Amino acid sequence: MSDTRTPSSCSLAFTVNGRAVTLEVPAHVLLLDVLRERLGLKGAKRSCDMQVCGACTVLVDGSPVSSCTYLAVEADGADILTVEGLGHGDTLDPLQEAFIEHGAVQCGFCTSGMLMSARALLAEDPAPTRERVAHYLRGNLCRCTGYTKVIDAIVACGRPQEART
Amino acid sequence: MLRPFALYRPTTLPELGDLLAEHGSDAAIYAGGTELLLLLKEGMIRVRCLIDVKRVAGLDAIASDDGAITIGATARHRAVERSVLLRERCPLLAGVAAHVANVRVRHVGTVGGNLAFADPHSDLATICLAYDGVVSLWSYAGERQVPLTEFVLGAYETARREDEIMTSVRLRPWPRGTAGAYLKFGVYERPTLGVALAVTMSSAGQVSEARLAVGCVGPRPLRLPDVEQEMIGATAEDLGDAAKPLADAAAEAAETLADLHGSADYKREMTRVFVRRAVAVVAARAAGRDLHERYPHTVVV
Repeated sequence: MSDTRTPSSCSLAFTVNGRAVTLEVPAHVLLLDVLRERLGLKGAKRSCDMQVCGACTVLVDGSPVSSCTYLAVEADGADILTVEGLGHGDTLDPLQEAFIEHGAVQCGFCTSGMLMSARALLAEDPAPTRERVAHYLRGNLCRCTGYTKVIDAIVACGRPQEART
Repeated sequence: MLRPFALYRPTTLPELGDLLAEHGSDAAIYAGGTELLLLLKEGMIRVRCLIDVKRVAGLDAIASDDGAITIGATARHRAVERSVLLRERCPLLAGVAAHVANVRVRHVGTVGGNLAFADPHSDLATICLAYDGVVSLWSYAGERQVPLTEFVLGAYETARREDEIMTSVRLRPWPRGTAGAYLKFGVYERPTLGVALAVTMSSAGQVSEARLAVGCVGPRPLRLPDVEQEMIGATAEDLGDAAKPLADAAAEAAETLADLHGSADYKREMTRVFVRRAVAVVAARAAGRDLHERYPHTVVV
């Protein structure tokens, strides 16, 4: 838009996976495109593009959002976590380990979104029941391996935390 | 991909009113964006600017006054789902909110956005109808209250004028001794059918007030007052026994419309099936029991 009298561009200062980032972005740009194209974080995927499938899930201040349908400017001042920020260096997050252990991955396209939703759920409920996991992950679609092993992995990841506390 | 637009972020209703006056149909009111951004992506509407209403102070409040409950237009579904006040005073609404779309949509989508968008395939308007919902609209011309029955005119069509902003929806919680249920059926992302039913039992154990709303099957959700009337005076047992004729009457009274979810006849038939089930569930609850029947592709709240 050439009309400069209108606030069509906004400055965006946020934290992505612990790193402070400042960018100038047009108002209509989506968070997913900022993550993928401006910051090179390709873990969140564009798939259905309508908040149904969950492949683009990232956490904004701990809450899962569909970054494909979320204006980047909404993330101003927020703390963003993407799948790239789950592990620490070469050490995987326990959730990622659990997904591997339970074979909860096939093609992998939905996995980053599944992991981020699971991370948000475990923050809310450290020892979720299978039913709770299934309800929470209703909006994360897998088109190859199904959900049983994903639920197994998340439930297993929840239990040891419960035992520790 | 979205076409470029300007984004305005007023913090008061007068500022918002000025922006609406200035931009008129070039502007779209924007809150969670869960519906609006999809339409913009698809190019189904084109606007030059979005007016973000989320920074208008107090517009997301959930409060109780004078026996009624007011839910601010920018309250998110997640806030409704988790509100202690709503869980206590309008438990069925809080329960239904927990099943709206998915957790990501519930985190950003708002009550006002949902009602003002008036997608026929939505749970919120149907359940709010059963709480006698009344929408507040604000403009420079003044504030007005419009019952939901008059607010939703048809599919994606409401009584809101272009210079108005929805500020809240006001609900009348059910009195003590009310048994209610919401049944939601569908295999797609959005519900194919929603039935809300609540009956208030008198101290003599008879229905003194009934509320029946059916949504998603037609252009707009409807209360079915004639069917409600037939429930008055019934005991919980009578109600259970009358499930079939009540369901027939509801199917007769419903407005159904063919769309991607099915033909008009199919929806009338599903209305019959699900009103019958809703009556059975509510009759059991009114008698202090719970039916643990599971229906395929159905959420029972």
